[in-house]
Amino acid sequence: MQFLLRRYRDLTLLVLVMVSQLLLLAWQVRTGQDVRLIRVWAVSGIMPLARVVEFFRANSVGAIKEYVVLWDAKGENRELKEEVGKLRMENHYLKNELATADRARALAVFQSSSPSKTLAARLIGSATGANSRVVYIDRGSNSGVQKGMAVVTPSGIAGKIVASYPGVSQMMLVTDPAFAAGVISRRNKVLGTLKGQGSNVTLVDYVQNEEDVKEGDWFYTSGDDRIFPKGLPVGQVRLSRHGRTFKEIHIAPSGIQDGIEEVLIVLDGVHQSIPEAGETSQKLHMLERPPAESSPDKMIDFSSTGSKVATDADQVMQKYRRIGAAQGHEYGGGGVPNFNITPPPPAAEPKPPPQTPAPKQP
Amino acid sequence: MNELETPLLMSRGIAPERSRWRWVILATVPLLALMFQVYVPMLVSSLSFVELPLLVTLHMALTRRSSVKGLLYGAAVGLMQDALSNRPLGMFGMVKTLVGFFAGRAGVLMDVDNAVVRFFTALVFYFFHQLFYWFLARGLLGQSLEFDALQTAFFALLNAAAAVPLFQLLDRI
Repeated sequence: MQFLLRRYRDLTLLVLVMVSQLLLLAWQVRTGQDVRLIRVWAVSGIMPLARVVEFFRANSVGAIKEYVVLWDAKGENRELKEEVGKLRMENHYLKNELATADRARALAVFQSSSPSKTLAARLIGSATGANSRVVYIDRGSNSGVQKGMAVVTPSGIAGKIVASYPGVSQMMLVTDPAFAAGVISRRNKVLGTLKGQGSNVTLVDYVQNEEDVKEGDWFYTSGDDRIFPKGLPVGQVRLSRHGRTFKEIHIAPSGIQDGIEEVLIVLDGVHQSIPEAGETSQKLHMLERPPAESSPDKMIDFSSTGSKVATDADQVMQKYRRIGAAQGHEYGGGGVPNFNITPPPPAAEPKPPPQTPAPKQP
Repeated sequence: MNELETPLLMSRGIAPERSRWRWVILATVPLLALMFQVYVPMLVSSLSFVELPLLVTLHMALTRRSSVKGLLYGAAVGLMQDALSNRPLGMFGMVKTLVGFFAGRAGVLMDVDNAVVRFFTALVFYFFHQLFYWFLARGLLGQSLEFDALQTAFFALLNAAAAVPLFQLLDRI
């Protein structure tokens, strides 16, 4: 026996190692438990490095790139090109800063307007394995992140937390084949299950062929999965056709369409209503109301005075009447009054009621 | 300097410079390979096909010409890789154990210093690695992963092309 073991030492060891791993695998599959210690060691060993590298990349890659470009400059144009390069570097840096600020602002606006309690996080790495759609983010159990929490962006849902470690968490993207979430269409309130496909397109499954779902329809989270709060945008239907058993509906997930760098983890979700079909899905940019003017010949905010004069045309007509009255001019009787004079203040205008400042929108 | 020369130098009282750092290098290189696999595809998604932990395991097993060292090293790297994935531990571990074992055997039989041999070895082992992983995922976990043989063959070619300069670099450290 001993001779055989010595003779086949390599094979014996191979069998031992393989069987050990097979048993480990079987135990995990059977019990549904995980060997957390090994994962924590591996994540703790690799992720701080990734975080440091990401920090330096985020802060210096633009400068290095431009410096390398400059290095190729030669001869007479060298100094000039260096100057151009420096300007480019500054420009690139400023653009990066601006883009970062815009993203951060969008996140902040969404975070403040969303009723759910959220936590901002940044992507720092991707999980190993072929076709992996799992990434690492820089917030972990220390920040209150738990397995099963939803992850969103201002544009829609992005994924969910599948593992949480002290400093980092593993997030499964909506495109992962193992991902699933309950969804509902905005137009006809058709319920289905969103499934990742391993590509950039996701599938809505379990929708009967008789249901009316058209290309361009929007899907929102239904809240049935108890992971994603109801009412978050999921994506727009790219393809909808009859399938063998269920309708085949392909969705372009809106949350990760433009790539993701920063995300929000939903720590405490609050269900919202699904927007009505008539509402536009795109955000409408509106300026703030202009400040009230004190000069009497300027436009007055009539909406706050309670006056019947409501439109700009009404205000102009009022102003011309005052100018005419000041000069004793009768409109329609011939001649033209001097429109350049400052008309007297409107004596008959009712005084605006005292206003209390409106509470700021969160 | 190879393993056969090391005992000779030691017997003459000459400690080879490399041996001092051998364990550090053996531990650091797979960590860097895993770091590459975790971080780089996030920035350049087209580089996600590079299976650097496999290439590192392959190099170690081939150059050490030992199936025992190869399988142990492969198991360790594979388990680390599993720990960073969202799949159960042991999938990459088993695949890389087999790769390490067979690569160690191949190292004894072939002239693994030759670039052409290295290229074809990396090509074959990459394909084997992907195929066996797919087999395990389907057979043991019941996952419906797709195996695109043509795409895998193409990626095997690219990995083999990457393996040649990488192995030369690893030879020097």
